[in-house]
Amino acid sequence: MFDFTGLSNAVIEGDNDQVQAKVKEAISANVDPLAIINQGLIGGMNVVGQRFKVNDMFVPEVLMSARSMNAGIELVKPLLAGGEMTNRGTVIIGTVKGDLHDIGKSLVGMMLECSGFKVIDLGVDISPEEFIAAIKENDGKILALSALLTTTMLSMKSTIEECVEQGMRNDIKVIIGGAPISQEFSDQIGADGYAGDAAAAVELVAKLLQ
Amino acid sequence: MASLQFNELAYTNLNEFIYGHAKKPVVCSNGMVIGGGTVYPEVNLTLPTMLINEETMPKVLSQYEEMIHGICSKAHELLSPGIIIEIELLPPCTFNPEWGVDVTKVVKGVMNEYYTKFGLKSLLRMTVVDIREGKTLTHMYKGEHWDNVIKTFRGCAEAGADFLAIESIGGKHLHDEAVMNCDLPRALFSLGVVGCRDMAALWDEIVKISAETNCIPSGDTACGFANTSMVMAHKNFIPKVFAAIDRVMCAVRTLVAVERGAIGPDKDCGYEGVYLKAITGTPISMEGRTAACAHSSSVGNIAACLADCWSNESVENVRLLGGMAPTVYIEQLIYDCRIMNVASARGSALEMRDILSESDRMYDPQAYVLDPGVVLRISQEIVKGKTHFERTKIAASATIKELRSAFQDGLVQLDAKELKYLDIFEKQLKTIPNDEAEFTQFMIKNSTLDKFDPAKYDFNFDAVAK
Repeated sequence: MFDFTGLSNAVIEGDNDQVQAKVKEAISANVDPLAIINQGLIGGMNVVGQRFKVNDMFVPEVLMSARSMNAGIELVKPLLAGGEMTNRGTVIIGTVKGDLHDIGKSLVGMMLECSGFKVIDLGVDISPEEFIAAIKENDGKILALSALLTTTMLSMKSTIEECVEQGMRNDIKVIIGGAPISQEFSDQIGADGYAGDAAAAVELVAKLLQ
Repeated sequence: MASLQFNELAYTNLNEFIYGHAKKPVVCSNGMVIGGGTVYPEVNLTLPTMLINEETMPKVLSQYEEMIHGICSKAHELLSPGIIIEIELLPPCTFNPEWGVDVTKVVKGVMNEYYTKFGLKSLLRMTVVDIREGKTLTHMYKGEHWDNVIKTFRGCAEAGADFLAIESIGGKHLHDEAVMNCDLPRALFSLGVVGCRDMAALWDEIVKISAETNCIPSGDTACGFANTSMVMAHKNFIPKVFAAIDRVMCAVRTLVAVERGAIGPDKDCGYEGVYLKAITGTPISMEGRTAACAHSSSVGNIAACLADCWSNESVENVRLLGGMAPTVYIEQLIYDCRIMNVASARGSALEMRDILSESDRMYDPQAYVLDPGVVLRISQEIVKGKTHFERTKIAASATIKELRSAFQDGLVQLDAKELKYLDIFEKQLKTIPNDEAEFTQFMIKNSTLDKFDPAKYDFNFDAVAK
């Protein structure tokens, strides 16, 4: 039985060299590639997520951990049999039409990526039609909408209505967030969930995709 | 356009560096003098939850009309010596300049009505939202986005705005990346190289429009930059010392507006305005505890030490127990200004300033760097730089030195993680070459086009190399 503690700790430390060394060690020991990813690399990243949630790690430290995890995954990828997926689900994310605020949405995207989700970040000022096109193109399972203005919150509603119009509302979960957003608003416009911060968004997405 | 050089501080005596008084006061046509001894309330407001489009524009305009009536009525009732109203236009009102102009007309109309009927003096600051971003942006200084920004400025000025302002965003995507990674060199490139150049181009136009329309070019803010850091630090996403260093670095970028002809009052959410005041003598608007309606901060009191206008950042038109929120906030601002102005009249302004500072500066490095004495010391270092790049670099190193020294002297609280990051940032700074061209070349090579596209900025590398 391979001990993944060293590999997970290296991910937590964001130590690229150590992660690569430990992954190579595991490969040499003929450890199942998926176990290296799930128990070693993602295992470490799960700890990072928990520590970030309780303010024990800063964003740049989370990013360093994520980069080291990805460096490890790159080494394992060629060994994965066809069809073995490391993507926990595809999230289409963007700031809604009329709103140019970017960084909160980017932070949520980053935390989702760090947690093993594939994230398609469309940017800011995104129309309902653009969201729909991206869902279709990327087989999106989660639509994450951001707004920071009281005058753009209702674009979230229009986007959800467009999903209904296109007959895809049952195929996608919609989550919303941003400074003026609340659970009450989420309920009002028929979203599937609201998250108050990036860590909560990751938990929400994981729950919705269960 | 000629650029003013500020190689010396406007203030050398700490006792003169105080709220309500600026070395270069702004004298307005209605008799109000900003920085002439009186701190004025500056209320900022926004719409409740509603869409802005052609159909809803009549409702949008009535919302503004209702808000300004409430504000002016309360200001008249409380016998305010004058008020400033700031409208930060929302994106649709800059994408459609005529809508921004309509808002200006409605707001100014109500303000004029209260002047005519009751003699209430008021000034209107129109802040055009910088829409130069997004996938459809083709160029920062030409094309639809630029044209709409410029048209909105001109239209608002012609419709009666007294002050023109903007929260400009040149180099912001680089800065967002810098904040997420706590990458000081990248922040320096964003602010001291890209941002300063963008400010020069943008403010030359704003100053030109102001001159042609008899309007006052007031100032810019690092809202998209240092305020992003501030919010991130507040959520414990990044170290507070990064936000503090970033704030001071931003001062060099914000200063460019004044170098190109802006005369103040600088915009409220630019907490770095205190450095602008120290270096140029320009009056500034500041926001603190009364801006908690828009965002939390660690500078609720200290932000008032040097304020010439006192603001609430922004509040939406919702009903509170005391009335509609913008009306409630003008009341709070008026009372805050009253106490500061009475302290001045009693000869207690310095004591008041020092109480405001001492009540905050110990608890957060972001507050500490707003202390008037600290501002003068760091500003003295900043003006030694010959270029914006040099000044921004100096701003970072001087702030690190100041924070380290303050911690050792027990003047500011920093935990072990914050101290570790001070070391990290000091090391990062040492990697930055003194040669701007070499630095620029390195940064461009290590940036992606989605974060910074030199072509969109007409970024001339040869000019930097010279």
